[in-house]
Amino acid sequence: MTPTFLATETACASGMGGTEPLERPIDVELLDVTKVFENGVVAVDRVSLQIYRGEFFSLLGPSGCGKTTTLRMIAGFEHPSAGEVLIEGRRMGHTPPFRRNVNTVFQNYALFPHMTVFDNVAFGLRMKGIPRDEIARRVREALHLVRLSGMEERYPRQLSGGQQQRVALARALVNRPRVLLLDEPLGALDLKLRKEMQLELKHLQMTVGITFIYVTHDQEEALTMSDRIAVMNAGRVLQVGTPMEIYERPASRFVADFIGESNFLRGTVQAASPAAATVLLADRFPIEVPADRQLTVGQEVTVAVRPEKIRLVPVEAPEANGLLHGRIEEVIYIGTDTFYVVRVSDDTALRVRSQNDRNRLDGGLLLPIGTPVSLTWATDAARILTE
Amino acid sequence: MSSLATAQPATTVRKKRRFSFGWAVLNLNVLLTFIFLYAPIIVMSIFSFNASRQMQVWMGFTLDWYARMIADERVRVAAQNSLVIALVSTLVATVIGTLTALALERTRFRVKRMYEAAMYLPIIVPEIVMAIALLVFFNLAFSWLDQFFGLRLNFGLGTITIAHIAFSFPFVAVVVRARLADFDRTLEQAAQDLGANEWQTFRHITLPLLMPGIIAGALLAFTLSIDDFVITFFTAGVGSTTLPLEIYGRVRRGITPDVNALSTVMLLASIVLVLGSLVFQRRRSF
Amino acid sequence: MSTVDRVRVQERSLGWHERANERIRQSERLRALLLAGPGGLWLLLFFLLPTAIVFAYSFAHRGPYGAVAWAFTLENYARLFDWLYIRVFLVSVWLALLTTLICLVIGYPFAFVIARSPRRWRNALLVLVLIPFWTNFLVRTYAIMLLLRADGLINNALQWLGLIDRPLSMLFTPFAVVLGLVYGYLPFMILPIYASIEKFDFTLVEAAQDLGANAWHVFWRILLPLTLPGVLAGSILVFIPSVGAFVTPDLLGGGKVVMIANLINQQFLTVRHWPFGSAISFVLMAIVLAATMLYFRIGETRRI
Repeated sequence: MTPTFLATETACASGMGGTEPLERPIDVELLDVTKVFENGVVAVDRVSLQIYRGEFFSLLGPSGCGKTTTLRMIAGFEHPSAGEVLIEGRRMGHTPPFRRNVNTVFQNYALFPHMTVFDNVAFGLRMKGIPRDEIARRVREALHLVRLSGMEERYPRQLSGGQQQRVALARALVNRPRVLLLDEPLGALDLKLRKEMQLELKHLQMTVGITFIYVTHDQEEALTMSDRIAVMNAGRVLQVGTPMEIYERPASRFVADFIGESNFLRGTVQAASPAAATVLLADRFPIEVPADRQLTVGQEVTVAVRPEKIRLVPVEAPEANGLLHGRIEEVIYIGTDTFYVVRVSDDTALRVRSQNDRNRLDGGLLLPIGTPVSLTWATDAARILTE
Repeated sequence: MSSLATAQPATTVRKKRRFSFGWAVLNLNVLLTFIFLYAPIIVMSIFSFNASRQMQVWMGFTLDWYARMIADERVRVAAQNSLVIALVSTLVATVIGTLTALALERTRFRVKRMYEAAMYLPIIVPEIVMAIALLVFFNLAFSWLDQFFGLRLNFGLGTITIAHIAFSFPFVAVVVRARLADFDRTLEQAAQDLGANEWQTFRHITLPLLMPGIIAGALLAFTLSIDDFVITFFTAGVGSTTLPLEIYGRVRRGITPDVNALSTVMLLASIVLVLGSLVFQRRRSF
Repeated sequence: MSTVDRVRVQERSLGWHERANERIRQSERLRALLLAGPGGLWLLLFFLLPTAIVFAYSFAHRGPYGAVAWAFTLENYARLFDWLYIRVFLVSVWLALLTTLICLVIGYPFAFVIARSPRRWRNALLVLVLIPFWTNFLVRTYAIMLLLRADGLINNALQWLGLIDRPLSMLFTPFAVVLGLVYGYLPFMILPIYASIEKFDFTLVEAAQDLGANAWHVFWRILLPLTLPGVLAGSILVFIPSVGAFVTPDLLGGGKVVMIANLINQQFLTVRHWPFGSAISFVLMAIVLAATMLYFRIGETRRI
């Protein structure tokens, strides 16, 4: 099976809303969708997205960024104030949820408490008028898929959180929808269970081949599971791309900050060329940074570099020919890594993540506070950000 | 020095005692109040088994008064009427009350505030006001119908039932509405998501989960109807009687022990109905 | 998508959305009509309309046989100013106020104890309070009659204990009526107060005690003000049925204690002066309305 991230990389090479004809059909398309609520709040602001068949697509953003509202508009629980929602190329308009070929897994599972697991899962099929024996067959199939065989006669209240979640999944999947919408389904689970379910969901999606649209505020979750991610904030889509694209080449400060950790350094352009610029950081260090266009000398820019990309060595060490130098201000040991906060100027400090690849207690000791150190990173590890 | 040492414990002891004295008074209040609430009805029930006509003496256990009561033709007719009226009015009031609750909780329309306030009027207003209003209304309506349509209607079970429906459906609405307010809307969204249209969602999801509340409301309406006196008194006309009317008539004429028996039976019936309604109100949707 | 296309999508969808919204609003209105209709209609026909007729009657003359002769007059209302009738109003309001006060004094501590008892007991205690409340009011009033009679249990017990020589005439007195009203409506006071106290945050009491407040201060300055909504609700729930009580003064007052409802009953069934009875009925409604408005006014100014 082609690694999915490769396939979508090429598909997205042209960026958002590309004009290149693609092999893969588009299952869900949003065209300039806007949602304004009665109290005047603009929950979704001119969002345009294309989601391909078979993708695991995530809407990622902080609370209140509009991702759930967007999902609900695809499901049909809300109607756009402007713009169009298209499912399989057909305009949905104000089509109610029960006429869309889309199913939802709710955050609180929304299992019908007065029905058994079997009846819950069978519900959608019954509404469609499918004959009894086929219903029984498909329900058993679905429960087998989510590894809940044998639970048919139980009631939701007799199940654990994880089990309820799987019933909700089965209930949605049994209808063989074109698209499955998931609204932060793992939020109520504890950490360990959540991580297990993330992998399970991903494998499920790959097995079944249905397009998944997944809403979450947990960036690690999105990075783990998705083929592509749309990062949202304040009702707008800031960037769409594969996990690697989003992480390695964040398009804006918000994305760089929301996904993973970044150091943000302000600097002035000293020299510029079409693909790079020399930026004076912290008023002292001229550093070459790649740029996606020609900048002007004297321009103020923000440079972002992630803590794990920075290498740190004591100034005395032979390989200390770093880009910047400063003093260690704080040492934070977290088991897997050690964070050093290095002050390079009065108003600039950088967080550097150093992997604890040696036994800290017996082998390499942590560098003490006050050590003068030299910092360096690969040229393309830093980025110039547009706000 | 020693006086200081003894002064401190003394004050704390005094404080504790005052506090527990307060609690003793409070608990005594509770006890006395319970006695106050239950004594009259317990005494009455006990004396319904008394073999003597008089209240002072206990002359032995007997079920005579109950036998008398059952054999009494008037009591039987009254019981029958009460039951029929209660069943019909409960049925209609429950339906209307549920619809009203749905209207209040699930729809928006311009005069909704006024509508809501109007719904509370039958609950707040003293019964006599409503009783008189209905008396006057039916009187006028009957004479009007007679005059213009030659239709001769009279007071009786029909007018009583209409009156009972009028004052009990708001109670049903209040009970069902409370249930609706707590309702988990995502269940209905899930149903629609799975392909159920609005009517199917109501039928398969909303209604079954609302049922305990509806039943609680129905039991309430039934109790209100069986127990009602004032409104029934003014809308019954001549010749129609219900159990409360019967009791009232006999009490006015003089206290006899068979009234005790009848009253005790009604008491027990009310208790059973109330407990039933409570059970259904407690039943959280699974 | 080119900019031109994008603008076209926007424009087309805006108009379409507005029309779709209008259709949705219409179907919502229809649904509201179907759901609210039956209740509204029943209430209109069998409550509001009758009340309006009573209002109209109160301005009419008394015709032959006591019914109504249509001619506008204010004589019914004028007649109410007679001391005879003013007295009835005053007595009713006074007895209702007394009842409310007694219910408050008994009911508040009662509710307090229940609210502070262990959780397992609370529900049982509440059910015990509810049971007599829901039994037939007539039956309960009758039960009180039994106890208060000259040959009733209380008199017998007192005589047997040697505390009195002759039976006390407790029945057919204002005392009996108030007793009956308190008996009937005490749970109406207990339940709202209980609800208020249950929601009360008792750590406030600890904070107050920490700052030096004694039991009385805690009650008067902290507990009572914050449970006032329950007190007000209970008071209005007791006052209104009390002021309009019929059965209690009828059976326990025996004609000697006349309250508004008895007066109305007289006018309609005995004296058969319907217009005058209607006027009295309307004054009763006005009293109830005034009490309700007072309740809302106090409730608003004390909004914490």
